[in-house]
Amino acid sequence: MSDGTTANGQAPAGDAAVIHIRDLAFRWQPRDPVVLALDELVVERGEQLFIEGPSGSGKSTLLGLLAGVSVARQGEVWVLEQRLDAMGAAARDHFRAHHIGYIFQMFNLIPYLSMVDNVTLPCRFSTRRRQQALQRSPSLEAEALRLLRHLDMDEPAFHRRPVTALSVGQQQRVAAARALMGSPELLIADEPTSALDGDRRESFLRLLFDECRASGSTLVFVSHDRSLEGLFQRTIRLAGINGAVTTSAAGG
Amino acid sequence: MAVLGLAWKSLVNRRATAALTVFSIALSVTLLVGVDRLRHEARASFANTISGTDLIVGARSGGIQLLLYSVFRIGSPTNNIAWASYRDLAEHPRVAWTVPISLGDSHRGYRVMGTTTAYFQHYRYGRDRALAFAAGDPFDDLYDAVLGAQVARQLGYRLGDELVVAHGAADVDFTRHEDKPFRVAGILEATGTPVDHTVHVSLQAIEAIHVGWQGGAPMPGFEVPAERLRTMDLTPDEITAVLVGLTSRMAAFQVQRHVNDYPAEPLTAILPGVALSELWNLMAVAENALLVVAAFVVVVGLVGMLTALLASLNERRREMAILRSVGARPVHVFALIMGEAGVLTLSGIGLGLALLYGLVLAARAVMAQHLGLHIAVTAPGGGELVLLGAVAMAGFVVGAIPAYRAYRLSLADGLSIRV
Repeated sequence: MSDGTTANGQAPAGDAAVIHIRDLAFRWQPRDPVVLALDELVVERGEQLFIEGPSGSGKSTLLGLLAGVSVARQGEVWVLEQRLDAMGAAARDHFRAHHIGYIFQMFNLIPYLSMVDNVTLPCRFSTRRRQQALQRSPSLEAEALRLLRHLDMDEPAFHRRPVTALSVGQQQRVAAARALMGSPELLIADEPTSALDGDRRESFLRLLFDECRASGSTLVFVSHDRSLEGLFQRTIRLAGINGAVTTSAAGG
Repeated sequence: MAVLGLAWKSLVNRRATAALTVFSIALSVTLLVGVDRLRHEARASFANTISGTDLIVGARSGGIQLLLYSVFRIGSPTNNIAWASYRDLAEHPRVAWTVPISLGDSHRGYRVMGTTTAYFQHYRYGRDRALAFAAGDPFDDLYDAVLGAQVARQLGYRLGDELVVAHGAADVDFTRHEDKPFRVAGILEATGTPVDHTVHVSLQAIEAIHVGWQGGAPMPGFEVPAERLRTMDLTPDEITAVLVGLTSRMAAFQVQRHVNDYPAEPLTAILPGVALSELWNLMAVAENALLVVAAFVVVVGLVGMLTALLASLNERRREMAILRSVGARPVHVFALIMGEAGVLTLSGIGLGLALLYGLVLAARAVMAQHLGLHIAVTAPGGGELVLLGAVAMAGFVVGAIPAYRAYRLSLADGLSIRV
């Protein structure tokens, strides 16, 4: 989907894409080699995209750019029609707070917060997500419990236990509930299933798909595990489109 | 701010370490404020070793020397005052009362002081506290003695016990007034002043035990039986010093000048408060050194907090990354650690004050009884608030170190979690 390319500083005309990357060449330091080079990457609204790549293919670099933690000095990174590489650091942090849910590979939870406090955490940093959560439920806690229930985590026994006592699979479902809290437009998942075994992997993904659909979120799922590919609408092989991989295997 | 709630929960989660840190800060704060309060009380108590007395008059000498021998029973007078001069002073229109005192003898290391019963009436210490009797009454009979609290406790005297006074400050056999033993008629409450270390007898008794003595030794063949002395005129020829109360404080300088210019013999009059603070200033170095040591203890307490916070940072990098992923800015990470340092410091100060007040409440009765130090339970004063403010400031400065480090770490780490 590479319609309408325009001048810098403006979203590509008529582009409803959630992510639009153009002519990107990313290096950590100006003198370092390029670790991620993308001519064009477009993710449409509501898509559930699988980005497959072995380690070293630039996955983490790409996620850092999409989340606004790293900045591209060459090329354009548009997320939700905002150009991240032109924003300041604080603006990118606000943007992430408002629009992006993020799931790590593992150890997603803050050990000193309860399960519900972990889920409502994004609302501490974003009034937008707080308001959106409150549109769905009468209170933040109710919304957290609603999401947890959808992810099969509503056993009252879980609520009293410290989150560190949960199994890895349970922790990942709490992390998913947190990422979905306040309906962010974009959900980024960085190998969230790699610590789960086969059956749980698939059931976790189905729950994630359902919730993303219900809240209208776009899902970008990154993994090296090709066996998950069939569950997604579309797959991108990062190694194939990353122009930097052929010359250098650095990054990852 | 949202992050302060997190800081609190984080501390509650690590409550064992946090409690220890708070406790060590609290102890150091207790010590600091306690030392400060004690030194103010000690200064006030010292300045009030003698109060209510407007002038002390003695033979011509330095003010501190006169103060030392007349109030602290340290050293000896260079000369005495003639009884006639004393009577003349007592008749001065601006003089309300006088208490003559006569020193020179001792009992087992404690000074014996001859005086009149007016002493028990007019002597004041502390904030206008009068002498009180723990047992017995002022001396009535010629051979009655009233003991200071320390004398009675150390030597184990009770009412009715007999004691023998020795001539001079050294207690050696051949200079004892063995033939004229005294009876303990009264024991005073502890005052925390030199009164506790004094044996009080009447002026007449001092005169009586020296009848037949010359040049500091009894003259053979001139011993006078104790009972015969009761019939003699025992008005002394000389006394050591006089405590003077005036009709009005305003007259102090006028009477002081009158005494210093007294034509019949060279005399010195001092204002006890002025002389006391001169004496205290000689000791101010030790007092300040104590406060400096206490301040260093606070630094040690805060360094303990610094260590605890810095040590926890590495294992908290994952937590920082999670916070960043939900939109926390590096400033939030800074505020989180800063908030923890703030909570630890302020709780430490609060607990420290609570400990101090608990200690003061628990110990004040004992301190008053044994040391004569009366510590008032009052809200922290201006100087203490400055100290507490300084501790809080130091806590925030110390907290900024790990907070800044966490800030740098979270900037460098971003969302990638390193363990």
